Parts: sequence; C-alpha cells; structure tokens
Amino acid sequence: MIRVVLPMQLCNLANVSREVELQVNGPATISDVLDALENRCPVLRGTIRDQVTLQRRPFIRYFACGEDLSQEPASNPLSEEVASGMEPLRVVGAMAGG
Amino acid sequence: MSKVRVLVGTRKGAFVLTADAGRERWDISGPHLAGWEIYHLNGSPVNPDRLYASQTSGWFGQVIQRSNDGGKTWEPVGNKFVYEGTPGTHQWYDGSQRSWEFKRVWKLEPSLTDPETVYAGVEDAALFRSSDGGQSWQELSSLRSVKGELWAPGAGGMCLHTIIQDPGNPKRIFTAISAAGTFRTDDGGQTWRAVNHGLQSNYELPDPSAEVGHCVHCIAMHPSHPDVLFMQKHWDVMRTDDAGESWHEVSGNLPTDFGYTIAVHSHEPETIYIVPIKSDSEHYPPDGMLRVYRSRTGGNEWEALTKGLPQSNCYVNVLRSAMAVDTLDPCGVYFGTTGGQVYASADSGDSWAPLARDFPPVLSIEVQTLP
Repeated sequence: MIRVVLPMQLCNLANVSREVELQVNGPATISDVLDALENRCPVLRGTIRDQVTLQRRPFIRYFACGEDLSQEPASNPLSEEVASGMEPLRVVGAMAGG
Repeated sequence: MSKVRVLVGTRKGAFVLTADAGRERWDISGPHLAGWEIYHLNGSPVNPDRLYASQTSGWFGQVIQRSNDGGKTWEPVGNKFVYEGTPGTHQWYDGSQRSWEFKRVWKLEPSLTDPETVYAGVEDAALFRSSDGGQSWQELSSLRSVKGELWAPGAGGMCLHTIIQDPGNPKRIFTAISAAGTFRTDDGGQTWRAVNHGLQSNYELPDPSAEVGHCVHCIAMHPSHPDVLFMQKHWDVMRTDDAGESWHEVSGNLPTDFGYTIAVHSHEPETIYIVPIKSDSEHYPPDGMLRVYRSRTGGNEWEALTKGLPQSNCYVNVLRSAMAVDTLDPCGVYFGTTGGQVYASADSGDSWAPLARDFPPVLSIEVQTLP
C-alpha cells in the first residue's frame, strides 16, 4: 500500500482526506502512483500533471523521504520506503503566495 | 414574484446573492469552491438552476463545476481542453512566435436553447463547445485560422473573454479576444471571420487599422437588436449597426475612453453603461471617483452616475466580465470591483448601493432574473 499526501486544495476538490492509500502493483513509479490516484479520483486528472503530455504541472512538486523528486523522471522506481508505505509520497503545491 | 440571482466570481471563490424583485434585502451564500479563482460562472437561460463555473488555479489548473440547484451544490465535470490538431503558434509580447498552450477558461456561455450545450472561451484564445453538460469539450478550431499567428496576449493573457449568441439566428455567434479582436461565425462555428473594420489601435499596432490584433476588452448586445453591438476597446468605446461589418467610435464626452466592461440596459437597446478607467498604467477610476457612465443615445452623449458610489479616494478597477443587468423593470445594473465590492442599482443606474463590501477581488458578475 502506497501513501500519498495531497495539498489541501486537492483534498477538498476530490473529497478525500489529506492522506490517500493506493494499491500499486510491481515496482511503483510516480507515474504508477498518479495513474492509481487519478483512477480513484478522476477529478484530479489535470490538476497534478497535464492530461495529454502527463508532464508535472509547473507549480507542483513531489517530495519523499526528505528528498525532492520533482525533477526525477516520473518513470523512476520509488524507494522501498515509499513503495512499502513506510514513508508517504508528498504532492506539494509550490510556495508561491496567493 | 420574480427573484434575482447574482453570480459573483472572485479570486477566492464564488458567491451567490439572491433577492426578491424589490432588490432591497439580499441573501449571500458562499464562498463556494473556496480558495480557487472563479473566473466566471453562468446559468442556462433554459434551465436557470443549471449553472457552470470555471474554477482555476495557477497551481492545480482548470476544473469545470456544474450545479443543478442554482449554486447550492456543485459537481466537477470535464476539464480536458485539447486544441484540435497541431496547435500552431501565435504572437508573443515581443512579436516572436509561441505555441498555443491552454491555461484557463475565462468565459462559460450556456446555449440559449439547450441546457446541455455550453461554450467555453479559453486562454490561450480558443472557443470550445460541450454538448453533454460539460463532460467533454471540442474546439471550434477554425476560429484560430483567422490569422491566429498575429494574435497576441494582453496584460491579462491571450483570452477569449466574450461569447455572444444571436437570439434570432442560432448559427451566428460573436467572440472577442484580447488582443486579436472580434470574430463572427454565421454557420454555427464551422467558419469564422474577423469583424474589426473601423477599429483603430494607434498605440498598440504597427498598422492601426489591421484586420486582427486589436485589444478588444468587452462587447455587448441587446437581444432585440442583434446587429447592434457595443464595444469597450483598450482605448475607445465603439459601436456597430451591421453585426460588426463596420465600427465607429462613440466615446463622445467621456472623461477617458479606456475601460474594461460594457453592458446594455435590458429594456432600452440604446442605453449603455461603462466604467471609465485611467490608463495606460494606473487602471483605477479617474480622480479617485468611481463613476458609471450611461449613454441613453447609444453612445457619444454620456452622463456620470455617482449617487451611492465613492467619489473620493477610490482606486479599484472593474474588470471586463464584472458588469451585468437584470431584466426587471426598472432595469437593475450590477458591477463588482477588484476591491471586493459589489454595487447594484435597482433604478437603471440612477442610484447605487453596495451588496457586498469585502469580497475577494471580483472577476465576474452574471445576473439571472428568475420567475
């Protein structure tokens, strides 16, 4: 079970709690996790990554285990800590005021 | 007894204001969709409880929301806006070419006849249509073939901000784009052409009378006179009497002919309203006096409407989509400001009162007159 922590705006939009648990089979990647997240919460399609190119939106970042994964290829396997659910994958809105 | 519902889009959510026909006591609900920019919300003329809202965010992109109960509850619908074919390029601020890229929905215009059909004007400028209540969207792409490579963004982005359907001719639609101009289809959106003859942009374009490229801020029509359109351009208030074939200036005695919004009285097709704004850089009312200007002669002769509006130290703006009218008698006029005030007049503009003083900056106002 993989744990994903979402920004509050997306929790409200999808009507889910701050942390979402997702079942992802095999060696999970960020792409796999987002696929599972969007299948469970279709309203999130387009809010984290582009619906066509699947590119991360510019003001979204991915953190896990104290590291910034935003610039990593989304096809890279996530660490064992994230894949096992010990640590969450954090989807974060960039600090930009508003 | 009739009711009025005012739909207010702000930088931090949507508000719905309701009153009976007396328009003296108002109930306010909201913020709905809180924390997000609500660029526009609008109701179906066929089914007024069917509302559509453009919910958008620089972080999280575009969401379209739909309500079936007049804004009490909302459900997200489709948000996939994909340009038809290869998007191509348009002009950037510095004259270079840049690819079309979807950013947000500025305008939602429900069909005059079908509550499941709705048009969306988007940035980067294009027109989309949904025939399934907003679940899926298709671009009316030939619009961008009208010299789209010469269109350019204004300060707010390259947005298609106005969509006007001709009530007597379902095949005819007008759109306005900043900064491209006004466009018309006579075949339901299959083909389009620029209708900008007569516009002059002396400071903004190398050819001041170019076919496209004009920074049109807003256009308005009275449904009983669909060939007459009024325009607030970046500079100049304009009018056409032949569905855009030719425009002429009607700025007349205005203190400044810069502004964003324009509206037509619901019962007097020659009575129009604007809010003059000081420019090119200030973008607040001249002399700190918030004045709506009304012309009862279809332009040229204007009177300042000030009763109930702040006449000192007022430095707000009124954006392009932030003024609307009801269809009661006398006509009600409503506008919202970037300072978060919503002002209303229940006597065609003679006097004004605030409905709200402390909303987030107002992006759009629509008004529904309900049975």
